[in-house]
Amino acid sequence: MSRDERSALQGKRLHKIVEYVYHNVPFYRNKLQELDIRPDDIQTIEDITKLPFTTKKDLRDNYPFGLQAAPQSEIIRIHASSGTTGNPTIVGYTRKDIGVWSECMARCLTAYGVTRDDIFSVAYGYGLFTGGLGAHYGVEHIGASVIPAGTGNTEKHLKLIRDLGITGLACTPSYALYLAETMDKLGIRKEDLKLRVGAFGAEPWTESMRQEIEARLGLKGFNIYGLSEVMGPSVSYECQMQNGSHICEDHFYPEIINPVTLEPLPAGQTGELVFTTLTKEGMPVLRYRTRDLCSLLPGTCDCGRTEVRMGRIQGRSDDMLIIRGINVFPSQVESVVLSMPEFAPHYMLVVDRVNNLDTLQVQVELRQEVFTSTFDTPAAVDELEKRLAAKLKSVLSIAAKVQLKAPGTIERSQGKSAHVIDKRKL
Amino acid sequence: MTIHQLSIFIENRSGTLIKVLDALKEANIQLIATTIADTAEYGILRIVCAEPMRACEELKKAGIAVAISDVFALQLDNKPGSAADVIKLFSLAGISITYIYTFLLRGKGILVFRTDNTDLAKKTIEENQLPYIAEADLTDWA
Repeated sequence: MSRDERSALQGKRLHKIVEYVYHNVPFYRNKLQELDIRPDDIQTIEDITKLPFTTKKDLRDNYPFGLQAAPQSEIIRIHASSGTTGNPTIVGYTRKDIGVWSECMARCLTAYGVTRDDIFSVAYGYGLFTGGLGAHYGVEHIGASVIPAGTGNTEKHLKLIRDLGITGLACTPSYALYLAETMDKLGIRKEDLKLRVGAFGAEPWTESMRQEIEARLGLKGFNIYGLSEVMGPSVSYECQMQNGSHICEDHFYPEIINPVTLEPLPAGQTGELVFTTLTKEGMPVLRYRTRDLCSLLPGTCDCGRTEVRMGRIQGRSDDMLIIRGINVFPSQVESVVLSMPEFAPHYMLVVDRVNNLDTLQVQVELRQEVFTSTFDTPAAVDELEKRLAAKLKSVLSIAAKVQLKAPGTIERSQGKSAHVIDKRKL
Repeated sequence: MTIHQLSIFIENRSGTLIKVLDALKEANIQLIATTIADTAEYGILRIVCAEPMRACEELKKAGIAVAISDVFALQLDNKPGSAADVIKLFSLAGISITYIYTFLLRGKGILVFRTDNTDLAKKTIEENQLPYIAEADLTDWA
């Protein structure tokens, strides 16, 4: 499809989606009416700049189904991702949405060179997280054999990779490296495996990580990008050129904006990535601010695809951390710490990467007043530690190691970012 | 029948222990016995000292996580087996001991222990007329 043809298609779809949300989502109708915009004012893709933005906060404020456009009877799947407070972001998918998602995922896998002859292991988390099922449906859509490995049980997974002759692997890049570590431990050589293609994403990674994964697993590793608010994995993907990730822009229209002025930026400039879903029925979003900082690459790709490419994610315009593929906000930790009277309202998140796996340590200060006679044994202190760890696990969806600190020992911080020490070298 | 023991939370990193000891020195508090229950990341420092209540206040002022625990302190005969004989009495009474340690006071062995079953422990001490030390014995010590 030529760029002009696609622009025309995008314009038509944009008009349709604006009309759709105007009539089905009170939140958007109100926003559009405030701006005095009628669906008929939106006719071409260039008109998109007239539309209001959607933020994570909007999703949170309208928890759980406020932004859902389709009636519940049409929703066949619901995923959830973490929010900045206790409420997760709920995303419902219609049958058509699942079809589009599978199609986009198949598009990614095809670009990686996956065919129906491949045996493909999906080692993203299955469950509320979109990674597992998203990749799973794409592999099935192509007709390759899918192994729903999920995360954990790494030794058994490696045995299957070897014994079944698994050729493809989808997981986080850090898990790929963890697999490599485990191979070394078990004495499995890459020559014993038939792996040839990897789809890696859900967390930022670097070119040097790619080289290491490719060298140790004996495959070619491709980036995959996505977010549940827009769809899930398959929003963009690398082709064989591995020079930026092509965006499935017939379904997800990208813009780059200045995160401060909210003005659109020209191709090539780095800013915040914004997506509008052009075809989604369950929970469409207009100009959703991803908070991911990157650029859209100008020019055409040598592979021949005309879909625009996005560069590597260079950072975030908020304080969200991605730990083992899971979104973590310092404010989530804060809400837990504040809910327990034993702790002072000071905390620190220490993120590191040990043996290629992200680790999260949460440091909290004991409050002097609550350090009473019951706390004269490690067993009592450990119990408190365990209680906090369990609460954190249930709110964050990932395990955090708790470290108790003496009163007054955590640095008093100004601003949110001062609550985080990220030691990962990315 | 019990004495006050200081229980102090200290992190496992250099400088934390000396902060506690300096605060006690500053307050002119005489240490009598110390022991530490250590874990991989922190320790609970237990201190028997003269004027434990004042010591506790001083430590709190210095921003240290400190608590007062009531522990029993029995005087032992200085001969092999005396600790076993005493503990056996509590064991027979069905009393669980959380922790014990010993120190010397004026040449006499002192066995310190903590139990959650304080009433039964007191009864056992009375019935067997076990010699215990009181807070005053510690204050006079200096």
